[in-house]
Amino acid sequence: MAHAKTIGRRTALKAGLGLAGAAAGSGAITGFPTIWAQNIRNITLRQFGTGVSNLNALADKVKQDLGFTLAMTALDSDAVSQKAVTQPRSYDIADIEYWICKKIFPAGVLQPMDVKRIKNYDKIVPIFTTGRLTPESRIAQGTAPHTVGFVEGPASTKFAAQPTGWMTLIPTIYNADTLGIRPDLVGRPIRNWRDLVDPAFKGKASILNIPSIGIMDAAMVMESLGRIKYGDKGNMTRDEIEKTTAFLIEAKRAGQFRAFWKSFDESVNLMASGEVVIQSMWSPAVTAVRSRGIACTYQPLEEGYRAWGGGLGLSKNLSGIELDAAYDYINWYLSGWAGAYLNRQGYYSAVLETAKENMSADEWGFWMEGKPAQSDIKTPDGKVLEKAGAVRDGGAFAERMGQVACWNSVMTEDRFLVQKWNEFVVA
Amino acid sequence: MRAAPYLLAAPLGLVLGAFLLVPMAAILVVSVFDYDSVRLIPDVVLTNYADVLLSRVTWLTYLNTLKYTALVWVLTVGIGVPIALFLAFCVQSAALQAVLFLVCTVPFLTSNVIRMISWVPFLGREGLFNGALMGAGLIARPLDVLLFSDFAVVLAFVHLYALFMVVPVFNTMVRIDRRLIEAAVDAGAGPWAVLREVILPLSKPGIAIGSVFIITLVMGDFTTVRLMGGGQRASVGLMISNQIALLQYPAACANAVVLLALVLLMIAALLRVVDIRREL
Repeated sequence: MAHAKTIGRRTALKAGLGLAGAAAGSGAITGFPTIWAQNIRNITLRQFGTGVSNLNALADKVKQDLGFTLAMTALDSDAVSQKAVTQPRSYDIADIEYWICKKIFPAGVLQPMDVKRIKNYDKIVPIFTTGRLTPESRIAQGTAPHTVGFVEGPASTKFAAQPTGWMTLIPTIYNADTLGIRPDLVGRPIRNWRDLVDPAFKGKASILNIPSIGIMDAAMVMESLGRIKYGDKGNMTRDEIEKTTAFLIEAKRAGQFRAFWKSFDESVNLMASGEVVIQSMWSPAVTAVRSRGIACTYQPLEEGYRAWGGGLGLSKNLSGIELDAAYDYINWYLSGWAGAYLNRQGYYSAVLETAKENMSADEWGFWMEGKPAQSDIKTPDGKVLEKAGAVRDGGAFAERMGQVACWNSVMTEDRFLVQKWNEFVVA
Repeated sequence: MRAAPYLLAAPLGLVLGAFLLVPMAAILVVSVFDYDSVRLIPDVVLTNYADVLLSRVTWLTYLNTLKYTALVWVLTVGIGVPIALFLAFCVQSAALQAVLFLVCTVPFLTSNVIRMISWVPFLGREGLFNGALMGAGLIARPLDVLLFSDFAVVLAFVHLYALFMVVPVFNTMVRIDRRLIEAAVDAGAGPWAVLREVILPLSKPGIAIGSVFIITLVMGDFTTVRLMGGGQRASVGLMISNQIALLQYPAACANAVVLLALVLLMIAALLRVVDIRREL
């Protein structure tokens, strides 16, 4: 993998051609296309994204199933958006979140995908196409994936309101976020977002310090307190931003927060050490706390979840056989093995049908249907995650993804938001 | 042979030109660009500077950063000068001096981040220090102020950077001509008078060099403030890093230019007070 990273794609390809020629020995190499077709094994696709979905197990399986190399680089979410926009030649596949996509796609660094070339397109969870999980469900606020999921044509960077056949990202993983709590230390049932600012947890609460996401957790709290009713929590007006940050500053001055966290490990440590008993959290962080033998619940709340989702986008620079390989990869991604792998980590995958075929009935029941585990639930690498009898926090897929109040988003007033957020941090 | 000096200086000149001056020029140029959430829009606007200079938040952040710098400077001088004094004058054997000096550098064999993070389990609410105090019956409830506070930030800075004060001060002190001290003693000066009238004035260049290190390191820091302040404390470096994270490059550049100007002014003022060229 390190080898693949250091050698450029072109050089790797040339070296591959040379090797193939040598291997063919006397073989008369005449037509380039045939050589290229045979050389899919020598292709390296460079993918980057956040640590959550850039998993080496996937790259290994791709090598095994498809024959080519997937070189993965894991970065933090800030670095991901920077790299996507400022170094478009340094990657072939961008694994980015939908809300960042709203910023990145208009910059013209990605190319839309032709859904005709995607075999399981029709089976993709409709959240990503129509925005509704079931025909009756309400569309959540924020940057809902379907609003940035399509562009108007193959060369367009303008998002389309309806599915057009040109998709910006193929969804990989998504999930519904809520507050994490230490059930042993909070001392009472937690049911609402407003519990984050309960004076009982003074100096023991935390919120995440990523302005665009932190503000939405704060908005969930504000609405839960009945202080304000937002038009769209994912795209606030200046007035709403001002009120929300003023509220946060008030809570900070009162000593409500122990710390603000920015990275996954910070949130795990705050919770595991007992510095914090209630905070915004990501699901794998909850798993990480539990795996240390410390009780931690990913608490479902009455007001619903804040959801996020990521997907694979193709670099504008991809063409020819490498583009074909990228489509092969995407089709593979939706064909089940990867979906099952991701579902087993507590995320959700884009095509449920194929993932189900790759999971045991017990696994499917536990992860997707909210049923008690029949036997021990294991991680993809075989560690016991939950004992038999355990039930997933928040229950079934439809219950969790059906209760999404708001998607991670980027706001029109994001410059103003950042100024106000800085005020909060300085206060 | 008039080209020779230029040739000798050329490698460093080229490196500094390519990797310092060119990027600085780029920062200066970008600082007047306009921007939206993804793109830089080449233009000449002063809004970025207006945002920096006219906002209360920036002033508070700069003040907070200056506060850290002042506190860390006072503490590192207070800790660094006595250590250097001890090494240079109390330890007679040169070999022992070298050994003790190396001992000072031992903590620096580990990474900066590790040295910082290792404070977290020590100072936390459930940490060793609070546990010890409570075990000894000195406090009833754990002290929250030890971690994720200004105290924690300054403590980590002093821990990280004290050596940057010790080294240059020690270096100037060992070069003080011992005959000057003998002369002072012969003239009837007591130990305090020797220290005040001879050693400290002659150590000023070392203190000044150490101060330059401290000022530049603390003014530009963002990781220490973030980790030890628990994200609840602000510094200019952190503000710039947040702006970069949000792709607001022009705002970050304008901020960087202002910070650079401020640090250069501080150092210029320092160099007016102390002539460090004598030292070099």
